[in-house]
Amino acid sequence: MNEIIAQAGAQVAEVATHASAVPFVSVFTVFVLAIFVGYYVVWSVTPALHTPLMAVTNALSGIIIVGAMLQVVPVGGQEITATSILGAVAVLLASINIFGGFAVTERMLDMFKGKKKKQ
Amino acid sequence: MENLAQYGDWAYLIGAVLFILTLRGLSSPTSAVMGNRYGMAGMTLAVITTFFVASSPNVALIISAMLIGAGIGIYRARTVPMTQMPETVALMHSLVGLAAVLIAVAAVLHADADAFYKAMHGNTLSRFELFVGCFVGAITFTASVIAWGKLSAKLAAKPLKGAWVKPVQATLFLAMLGFGAHYFVTDSLSSFFVMTAIALVFGYFWIAPIGGGDMPVVVSLLNSLSGWAAAGIGFTLGNSMLIIAGSLVGSSGAILSYIMCKAMNRSLLNVLFGGFGADAGAGADAGDGKEKNYKAGSPDDAAFLMTNADSVVIVPGYGLAQARAQNAVKELANALKEKGVTVRYAIHPVAGRMPGHMNVLLAEADVPYEDVKEMDEINSDFPSTDVVLVIGANDVVNPAAKDNPSSPIYGMPILEAHRARTVMVIKRSMATGYAGLDNDLFYLDKTMMVFGDAKKVLEDMVKAVTGGGH
Repeated sequence: MNEIIAQAGAQVAEVATHASAVPFVSVFTVFVLAIFVGYYVVWSVTPALHTPLMAVTNALSGIIIVGAMLQVVPVGGQEITATSILGAVAVLLASINIFGGFAVTERMLDMFKGKKKKQ
Repeated sequence: MENLAQYGDWAYLIGAVLFILTLRGLSSPTSAVMGNRYGMAGMTLAVITTFFVASSPNVALIISAMLIGAGIGIYRARTVPMTQMPETVALMHSLVGLAAVLIAVAAVLHADADAFYKAMHGNTLSRFELFVGCFVGAITFTASVIAWGKLSAKLAAKPLKGAWVKPVQATLFLAMLGFGAHYFVTDSLSSFFVMTAIALVFGYFWIAPIGGGDMPVVVSLLNSLSGWAAAGIGFTLGNSMLIIAGSLVGSSGAILSYIMCKAMNRSLLNVLFGGFGADAGAGADAGDGKEKNYKAGSPDDAAFLMTNADSVVIVPGYGLAQARAQNAVKELANALKEKGVTVRYAIHPVAGRMPGHMNVLLAEADVPYEDVKEMDEINSDFPSTDVVLVIGANDVVNPAAKDNPSSPIYGMPILEAHRARTVMVIKRSMATGYAGLDNDLFYLDKTMMVFGDAKKVLEDMVKAVTGGGH
């Protein structure tokens, strides 16, 4: 255990320069501001479009695919590991959401748009 | 590759802005289509960027997983009937939840096997984030599966009841936090897995006690949770795109839950943890004592009255979706319009099983967007309306919410159908609505009940209107 920590310590300098090792507070700032943006933007959504809103937010939460892809990488020099397989399954699930979510939103919006033309 | 990775955060920023524009677009049906495209562009950008940011990703494995997912997703999106949207949405929430769990487990195993990765993502703070992302994901997963089961009638919509339910929920929740804390302090893998398992079980016990009529709130809430799960994973991986997108979805779902709760005049806690309906409703009815009379009429009688009216307002409810009668109702509206009758639709925010459910069904049937009115827009018009036609709705038109302080739904905003000159109600029988309450609207002198399957009744009405020649 101590060995691992020592080993890890030696790599800290390298880690610090890496893009993802940003201070927690800046990540948290992004989080809080995004909630505010979401709050104001979603209140402007017309109630008639609440079902498409849910469908498109389903697609957007498919962004979790980014997290999944970051796990489909070699671990300890090995290409196929428990990590990469779990990551790949998560990619599959997130893809269902992304493609399904955007496609079904498109389909619903076409129904609403159809009426606009006939007006 | 290394150089390109430096620009990754810039690309994610553009992606995040595109996601905000996606939601912004939904403020009107015309801009929404463009908004959806922005979303697709943002997602594409995020995925391509990630290929460069990840350290030597297994491209073949990722692309094949994506293709399979795309196939399933697009097939389902093309074929799903609009009446089944609520359960489809619930199922999609469950996928996000499961993906979050898998990613968290993958990251934990990754940190366990790779000291460098652990140094970067394995500190106490990341452990806390992993633990939150994972249990939120796990609860979202099972809870959404149960919601899906209830919405698609694969599971009984009746709530799980009993004095033991709340203690079990509390025990599971505390146990989950306990094992989570143990993992947080000791980095013990087994605690992490036990916590995940308990969170999965908790998801079931959380949603199983909630009844079918509360599903609009539950679906919105799970929408929100799936977003927070994504944001939690974003914290773990220090990825701002995930955090922004997750927060947008999270606040969107939270606002929808709030709107739904307000439309039922109940607090979120009351929906989630308060039993509703059966006890209070039974008491109120028993106290009433006297036999109540109602008038029943045939579709022909109803059609005659509507043809001779100047204005008709249609109030659709979940019964319309159940009977798949959205096309029949449009036929009726068109037939009446040809006779010079003004026809509009009044939508209660909690009509149906998810936010906006009725609007989508009517849109599918090609009902003009401008004929469909929200509750606040149309309520003042009811006194000057000749005929209100209520189809498969009950609690949202119950006048007790306005004038009976002892009613469990007192204070809930309703569509004031009882103020119209004539009321017609299409219903299967005199059975009570979801809240288990009797509805005084059905016993008014000006009310006519038309019993039968909504679709069949509406089709009969269309025949009577077009053939009648009044």
